[in-house]
Amino acid sequence: MLSPVAIAAISALYLLALFAIAYWADQRADRGRSVIANPFVYSLSLSVYATSWTFYGSVGRAASDGVGFLPIYIGPTLVACLFWVVLRKMVRISKVNRINSIADFIGARYGKSGGLAALVAVIAVIGIVPYISLQLKAVSASFALLAHSERSTPLIVDNALWVALLLAAFAILFGTRHLDASERHEGMVAAIAFESLVKLGAFLAVGVFVTFGLFAGFGDLFARAAADPRTAALLVPFDRVRFSDWTWLVLLSMFAVLLLPRQFQVAVVENVDERHLRHASWMFPAYLFAINVFVLPIALGGLLVFQGTRVDADTFVLALPLAADAPLLALLVFMGGLSAATGMVIVETVALATMISNDLVMPALLRVRALRIAERPDLTGLLLGIRRLAIVFILLLGYAYFRFAGEAYALVAIGLISFAAVAQFAPAMLGALYWKDGTRAGTFAGLGCGFAVWAYTLFLPSLARSGWLPHGFVENGLFGLAWLKPYALFGVSGLDTITHAMMFSMLANAGAYVLVSVFGRAGGAEQAQAVAFVDVFRGDGDAARFWRGETTVTDLRALLARFLGAARADETLAAYAERRGLTMAALAAEPQLVEHVERTLAGAIGAASARVMVASVVKEEAIGLEAVMDILDETSQAIATSKALEEKRRELEAATAELRAANERLQELDRMKDDFVSTVSHELRTPLTSIRALAEILADNPGTPEAKRQRFVGIILKETERLTRLINQMLDLAKIESGRAEWHAEAFDLGELVHEAEGSVDALYREKGVRLETELPEELPAVRADRDRLMQVVLNLLSNAVKFCARDRGVVRVRLMAEADRVRVDVIDNGVGIAPEHHERIFEKFRQVGDTLTDRPQGTGLGLPISRQIVRHLGGELWVESDVGRGATFSFTLPVAATIARSRAKEEA
Amino acid sequence: MSKKVLIADDEANIVTSLEFLMEQCGFDVRVAGNGREALELLQSFRPDLVLLDVMMPEKNGYEVCQAVRADPALADTKIVMLSAKGRDIEVAKGLELGADAYVTKPFSTRELMAKVKEMLGA
Repeated sequence: MLSPVAIAAISALYLLALFAIAYWADQRADRGRSVIANPFVYSLSLSVYATSWTFYGSVGRAASDGVGFLPIYIGPTLVACLFWVVLRKMVRISKVNRINSIADFIGARYGKSGGLAALVAVIAVIGIVPYISLQLKAVSASFALLAHSERSTPLIVDNALWVALLLAAFAILFGTRHLDASERHEGMVAAIAFESLVKLGAFLAVGVFVTFGLFAGFGDLFARAAADPRTAALLVPFDRVRFSDWTWLVLLSMFAVLLLPRQFQVAVVENVDERHLRHASWMFPAYLFAINVFVLPIALGGLLVFQGTRVDADTFVLALPLAADAPLLALLVFMGGLSAATGMVIVETVALATMISNDLVMPALLRVRALRIAERPDLTGLLLGIRRLAIVFILLLGYAYFRFAGEAYALVAIGLISFAAVAQFAPAMLGALYWKDGTRAGTFAGLGCGFAVWAYTLFLPSLARSGWLPHGFVENGLFGLAWLKPYALFGVSGLDTITHAMMFSMLANAGAYVLVSVFGRAGGAEQAQAVAFVDVFRGDGDAARFWRGETTVTDLRALLARFLGAARADETLAAYAERRGLTMAALAAEPQLVEHVERTLAGAIGAASARVMVASVVKEEAIGLEAVMDILDETSQAIATSKALEEKRRELEAATAELRAANERLQELDRMKDDFVSTVSHELRTPLTSIRALAEILADNPGTPEAKRQRFVGIILKETERLTRLINQMLDLAKIESGRAEWHAEAFDLGELVHEAEGSVDALYREKGVRLETELPEELPAVRADRDRLMQVVLNLLSNAVKFCARDRGVVRVRLMAEADRVRVDVIDNGVGIAPEHHERIFEKFRQVGDTLTDRPQGTGLGLPISRQIVRHLGGELWVESDVGRGATFSFTLPVAATIARSRAKEEA
Repeated sequence: MSKKVLIADDEANIVTSLEFLMEQCGFDVRVAGNGREALELLQSFRPDLVLLDVMMPEKNGYEVCQAVRADPALADTKIVMLSAKGRDIEVAKGLELGADAYVTKPFSTRELMAKVKEMLGA
């Protein structure tokens, strides 16, 4: 029975001690020797999860539901196993993006949406208000119990209000002494770690006291409980109906341990080293286990001891020592409970105040141009002031809820309402971490629907139950519609209120989130952020954010100084310069620097506001993924175009090279033509020369002897013939080569033709004394050709043959043969022969074999070329086989008539 | 002493006409049917004048002309080139190589004789 004053004084001392610890820790941190950078402190700070709900409420719940208090600790234990996976991702993302609250996280993920962040902030504040009121309730109730006074007293001496104000003062002291870009509060963390130890110690103390002091150990306690019919029921662990409730409660607490603003603050924002998560994975569950070990024993003990009396089970932990006349223990327990409450309140309100200032108030103020916020040189004072006001505001709200609604509920029930509120963040958060296709619109829809359902099924009924809203809608449904009953939507009744609310709110929330995301389109910024968040472990953290525009380092520095102060602004720029290996003077306002400044600012005022501020300094907006894609498209088009141009250039070069080659060929042909013309004119002029010369001689020398005159005239005549022949043959050859000759095909017997030819040259052969023999086979297939032309060929070969034969000794054999599909004719002479090197030359125009004057044959040199052309045109080939001194064999082939017909048919086909 | 004339041409009928003309003037005439023969006869016969066809087998007229002009012993030998090739470049080439005259075929016998007489100073 301590006096209230004494209790208050001791409490104040305790809180001052806490503050001293916090102050000391901050000093150490400033000197660079952080107290909290170890996994123990981290895990203990996580244990801020255990509030006066745990301290008082668990026992209260156990007293009515047996082990039904456990689910909300099973959840966190399960999540702890996933720390290294899920929580680490959250931590990494937050560090990379300088995220300092859960509203900032969700807002940043879905395209740095200020609106979304604001919505999350509002939901968080409204949702946590019951939770805060529960702390106030616990503290005031325990204080009253300890001091033995009535609880419900007028406002002026209402200790809950004082408690609220006191807690506000401490929260302000702990959490808003300065503005840190990273939003870390080392002192606060140290203080709550200490508090976690205190509350654990106190609870274990009372647990031991009850189990071993009031009873003779666990065995005795449980035996006696089993014996008593009222408590026996509590020992049955499971029950059909409870299983679904338990599932939802586990799920709920899994969400809560990550999504409660205070949990996010200590687990993510205040985290200094990711590796601490490994240790926390088992340390945190160990703590939870330790603090829960004695819950059921205390509850059973309390029921057994206080049976029949109307002692609120929520107060068993305090009532039992008091009843057992152990006031000091009771004081320790009270301190423990106070620790639990203050820890929660301080961290929670600081986290909420950050959200209110960054995501609600500042954006609103920035929008009101009249205030000219953006132009004020120093805004740190304003920001801190906003936060302090917010803390007071939140605590007053908590107090209000406590007054108006807290009476009707057990602590745990109130707490679960808050859990259900923050659980609305779960779909958006999971999507933020793992689903790139979640969109801002989807999140708005999900959060909106979920929050609405929560409000309707839990929050508003809680107010109605306490009489502050009309009952009607709770009992009969809104507008009297039965399927709109808050506790039995769509006729689903018989469920625990929390289960019911969770079911429907999660359905609405997740359903809306998924559907709107899937059927909608994400904007550029969202997509970039989606990748940045979901793939945070894959990249180097530099998400696809691009700043385009111009600014100066001076402007950026001024911007930083406005929010963080000149000193920190310089620090930030210096750190950046060092990282990039530049001197301060060499710093340029490049996109990376702008991004760095934006991130740093985000740490102080939230991502959405930071973006607005930086945008005001930089002349243009950050371009989103779409714009980047457009630029890339243009660029890739430009690349494609230039590739096409390159190809065209190459083609052009190739074409030019071809043209050049063709030109050269033309020039060569031209030269060849010149040569040809030159040669032809030479050939024509030669006989003309003798004709003219001899004619002149005859004319100028009448006294020449007759023999000579006759001879000269003979030469003239012969040369005239030669000339004529030459001209004719040249024209002939030209016609054949140019394809303008006329060909008359007829079928005839080659043997006959040869005979005819031989008849023609008979005189020539006899004159020279050369023998002519013919070899004909029995059957010779007919050939189809131009008879006259072929005659020309045969005559040419025969006359050549006789020219090269020796006089009187020459023999020329003409042999005809049938081969496969052709006919072959050989003209064999035993003349001087032709050297192999001349074999092809003799078929060239004007070439004649024979060097000396005397050997010079009287030909035009065109016979063989013409013959070859003729034979080739007829589909055959003309060639020679010979060697010097061994005679010569000129052969030609012709296709058989049938073959001709076939090949011509092929041509026409 | 009568002047010596060498006729170098592979066309028999042209040789016939040239031979007649030269003998008419009372010159001592020798005939070569190709370039090689022409060079031999130049050395052995030492003509005062050469009627040199260009298109000859075994060393054409240009080569013979060059050989003559390269030989100091034949410095006084006159060279008259005869050719059916009458293009400017060919004429120029002949003259460059040292021919004293270049006559295109078919030629006028009168003109040719006039030139020859003039060169031989007969």
